[in-house]
Amino acid sequence: MPQLLGDRRLSDLQWHRRMDGAAAGNHRSRTNGKTLTDKYFMKHMTRKATRHISQNEGLIFEKSSPGKAAWKLPPLDVPEVDTSKLLGKQERKDLGTMPEVSEIEIIRHFTRLSTWNYAIDLGMFPLGSCTMKYNPRVNEFVSRVEGLANGHPYQPEKISQGALHILKTLSDCLIEITGMDAITLQPAAGAHGELTGLLMVRAYHHSKGHPRKKILIPDSAHGTNPATAAMVGYAVENLKSNESGMVDVAALAAQMNEDVAALMVTNPNTLGVFEHDIHEIAEIMHAKGGLLYMDGANMNALVGKARPGDFGVDVMHLNLHKTFSTPHGGGGPGSGPVAVKRILEPFLPKPVVVSKADGTLGFDYNRPQSVGRVRAFYGNFGMFVRALAYIFANGPDGLRQTTEDAVLNANYIRKGLEGTYDLPYSTRSMHEVVFSDKVQAKKGVRTMDIAKRLIDYGFHPYTTAFPLIVSGAMMIEPTESEPKEELDLFIEAMKSIAAEVEEDPQFVLDSPHNTRISRLDEVAAARKPVLRWKPEA
Amino acid sequence: MSYPTDRKYTKEHEWISSDGKVGITTHAQDSLGDIVFVELPKVGTELTAGKTFGTVESVKAVSDLYAPASGTVTEVNGELATSPENVNKDAHAAWMVKIAVKDPAELNVLLSAADYEKFVSEEAGH
Amino acid sequence: MRYLPKSPTDREAMLKAIGVKSIDDLFSPIPEKYRLDRDLAVPRQMAESEIVDWFKQRAKENGDGLTSFLGAGAYSHYRPVVIDALVQRGEFLTSYTPYQAEYAQGTLQAIFEFQTMVAELTGMDLANASMYDGSTGAAEAVMMAVRITGKHHAVIARTLHPEYREVIETYATHQGIPLTTIAYRDSGRIDLGALEAAVGEYTACVLIQSPNFFGTIEDVEAVAEIAHKRGALLIVSIAEAVSLGIVEPPRAADIVAMEAQSFGVPLGFGGPYCGVMATKEKFVRQMPGRLAGQTTDKNGKRGFVLTLATREQHIRREKATSNICTNQALVALMVNIFMTIYGKVGLRELAKQNLAKTAYAAAQFGRHANVLFSVAPRFNEFVVETTEEPHAINSRLLGHKIVGGLPLKKFYPELGNAALWCCTELTTRSMIDTAVGLVADSERSVDVKEAEPAEALR
Ligand SMILES: Cc1ncc(COP(=O)(O)O)c(C=O)c1O
Repeated sequence: MPQLLGDRRLSDLQWHRRMDGAAAGNHRSRTNGKTLTDKYFMKHMTRKATRHISQNEGLIFEKSSPGKAAWKLPPLDVPEVDTSKLLGKQERKDLGTMPEVSEIEIIRHFTRLSTWNYAIDLGMFPLGSCTMKYNPRVNEFVSRVEGLANGHPYQPEKISQGALHILKTLSDCLIEITGMDAITLQPAAGAHGELTGLLMVRAYHHSKGHPRKKILIPDSAHGTNPATAAMVGYAVENLKSNESGMVDVAALAAQMNEDVAALMVTNPNTLGVFEHDIHEIAEIMHAKGGLLYMDGANMNALVGKARPGDFGVDVMHLNLHKTFSTPHGGGGPGSGPVAVKRILEPFLPKPVVVSKADGTLGFDYNRPQSVGRVRAFYGNFGMFVRALAYIFANGPDGLRQTTEDAVLNANYIRKGLEGTYDLPYSTRSMHEVVFSDKVQAKKGVRTMDIAKRLIDYGFHPYTTAFPLIVSGAMMIEPTESEPKEELDLFIEAMKSIAAEVEEDPQFVLDSPHNTRISRLDEVAAARKPVLRWKPEA
Repeated sequence: MSYPTDRKYTKEHEWISSDGKVGITTHAQDSLGDIVFVELPKVGTELTAGKTFGTVESVKAVSDLYAPASGTVTEVNGELATSPENVNKDAHAAWMVKIAVKDPAELNVLLSAADYEKFVSEEAGH
Repeated sequence: MRYLPKSPTDREAMLKAIGVKSIDDLFSPIPEKYRLDRDLAVPRQMAESEIVDWFKQRAKENGDGLTSFLGAGAYSHYRPVVIDALVQRGEFLTSYTPYQAEYAQGTLQAIFEFQTMVAELTGMDLANASMYDGSTGAAEAVMMAVRITGKHHAVIARTLHPEYREVIETYATHQGIPLTTIAYRDSGRIDLGALEAAVGEYTACVLIQSPNFFGTIEDVEAVAEIAHKRGALLIVSIAEAVSLGIVEPPRAADIVAMEAQSFGVPLGFGGPYCGVMATKEKFVRQMPGRLAGQTTDKNGKRGFVLTLATREQHIRREKATSNICTNQALVALMVNIFMTIYGKVGLRELAKQNLAKTAYAAAQFGRHANVLFSVAPRFNEFVVETTEEPHAINSRLLGHKIVGGLPLKKFYPELGNAALWCCTELTTRSMIDTAVGLVADSERSVDVKEAEPAEALR
């Protein structure tokens, strides 16, 4: 999850105050880092993590030298061509600084780099809003089965029945899980799903005579929500949350009018709180002809327990890379299917999968009211295979148990850390819990500093400084994938850091101490961007 | 902190000098942290008092710049394009744009150095 | 459930610690009438072996074991096994976006190397960490050009991938960006005269694809001159990345929007692929997507961070350059490893083989049918016009386990019985000869008027 800070007036200065704990420059070790490190390491850190040799590795370009190669082509079975005759001045003569290295060097290079990363496979990854759950290996296996992995998007439908069957089965499952009526699998990620959903909202209103002007977005929303609204040509109007961290129904009623196309609500919202008045919210929207969009990033709290379609949502996206276990892969790929109610079905992107008269499946391109295509081909098919394998592995009972365990884990952490960290909203938590750094801030230690120290304990940090309505937010989402022992270690680590803040705040400010690299100078990176390697002149 | 008395200040933390130079205050730069980028309008742009005319960025925040008075941009401090850190080093010297103020009376409503200082200390209090 | 690491006793103990009686208590924030009191109607829980069987069955229904002449934005190149061995390392596969730089140096350094190689290959100054795919990358490039120029009109070549054009249309409609489409000439290249007439002072960008949808290599410099003369930017879309091994990159472009699927990414029925955007240094602050940058840590050690993040949605919200958040990172890593494997010499040799196979195939087809657009140079695709309906030809080829070229009538009705054929290094001479033989047979024997398109084969 991003470190979030909206653009705001200089007069809102307290927001900025120490947000850049990570920005080096103003960080200098007060004490001899080594002895302190050792002291704390011995005292607190032997339970989950310990030190280990980390291989150094330069850039691949620094290993390159002419004549090394990791490739071999078979002999050409057709006549050689004269490239200069075929291409003339379009012929490329030189590939510049592209590397020349051997296969073993490539294996070592990327293997070494990989060991510098943290990952779910190594332990709990409690990034709130990101749903970092176990990525089952059978998903990877089936997505690579020949025939699925090699299917060409333009191969005739007659020989694409297997792929179409997968699209159809996944669509049916997701429709059932969300309680909606129809779905498109085309969008490539959550934000792309939002775009698709709002395009449909716009097309719907347009079909009623006028596309309307704005989208209401709660102040707790993720940054993609307002960014998406702007891309679809809508103005964004902020909706203040109430003191429980929920949509303020009275404020919504006051702000709702015929200019509003939709409300984008996240449910449970980004505080991990279920919008208790969701039905009333839907009614307020519908009464004035508006639509209710749900950001489904937090569906891991609902699958098998409640369905957005049942509580008044008209259009929503899912993140298969969150709720349905497809791997995040260091930032993607994702998949963001959009499910809609019947009224929006005519506007779905083309093509749509349909059953044909002869019993086979096919693509329907004849959709006159469609918003059009949102990407080439049919979506991130490989993610569909993985998500469907996940649904199969769970079944209805497994899906329900998964949701229950996710909520159980979040509440267990909440209980464990209440009292140690400030809980800005005491409203009941679902699948994640948001604390704040209010107590620690008194010692000058902010959420990002605590996050960095958590790395030393062998955990990935939680989400920092998001949602915006919590100053110094610490957003923790354990997911169902954590055993009790891992949760206990996490709670212990967080408590231990809180004690360190009391004892020696500077030590926490200087963390992480045990990574191969200390805090990086983000200021220098942004002032004089170096975005590619260049050979030394 | 004492603020130079040769200029006027806004509650949005900009200053404007008598020759029409505009910048942000020391307090503002301090609160923003390390400034990494300053985005400014081109010469000839018309500014309207109270409306945004550019942005300053730190690593993780973007803040709008608000025009202290209406007028035409006559000069832009090009140095800031490559050395945004000048704003951190000396905010009251690192002017951003120079404007030909349309109505000098507009400056009368702005804060004096003393008033601004008071405003800042009150703001910090809440 | 085998993915869940808790025993009933654990759950009991945890509920007790929380201070609730049952799990249902934790769901009480959901109003009762919305709580689902039945099982979801999804397939029952399956064993791993059943799951594998199910998908293998689907694979069998999906043209497994066929060879194909399809390209058109999705290319069949050999994928060195090293790629999957490395991207399946859990530290890459199961990590998140590298927001916590100290704990994600592996991903960050890999992105930095990716950006370097993409910039080098495309002839641009810099590249981002990835976009969703070639089509959305092209659409984002148009919006970027609109932001840079402050103008609101885009001119697009009709030889840009038809589905990319559709995507741009979807994006542009609500941005108030009118689009003008420019026809192609008999050479297969964009009509420069029509382009000249269409680009005005109000035009933000000209967008062409090269090699274009027909495989024809455009005269990028001539197009750039027309665009730049009027203050418009030139965007070049590249759908077949392997061409960069032997075809001069579009150095005159302002933005390159590339689909990198050819570089080691499985065809996978259309996705996930890997869009990338590359541009000139002066435009970097208007570029969408993530960027990794080099810096140093407190001790002066080299390291990498995500940088210039103020462009992005999590900071600038509705004023961001794009709403993109999750991108195609792991696919970009496949691309990265592929580029590293082939490198400076291998990419050129690989591209040369593609060129040779295509030249041979086009010559062979040309003996029996009409190969269109043969004046301008091409890379690894060509258009064959037959007297017989291409769907009919293809259904006969399928009998020989060959998937023929893509019939173009759907996208370019004016081309009639034309199909787009593609050869890569994986296309063998015997495949080509068999296909050419089958096409030649029909060209002699089929009565044009009587030919009927094969029903299900659209
Ligand atoms: C609440 C919320 N909405 C939207 C998104 C965007 O989803 P994606 O990254 O898949 O585009 C995220 C993910 O970061 C999120 O947490």
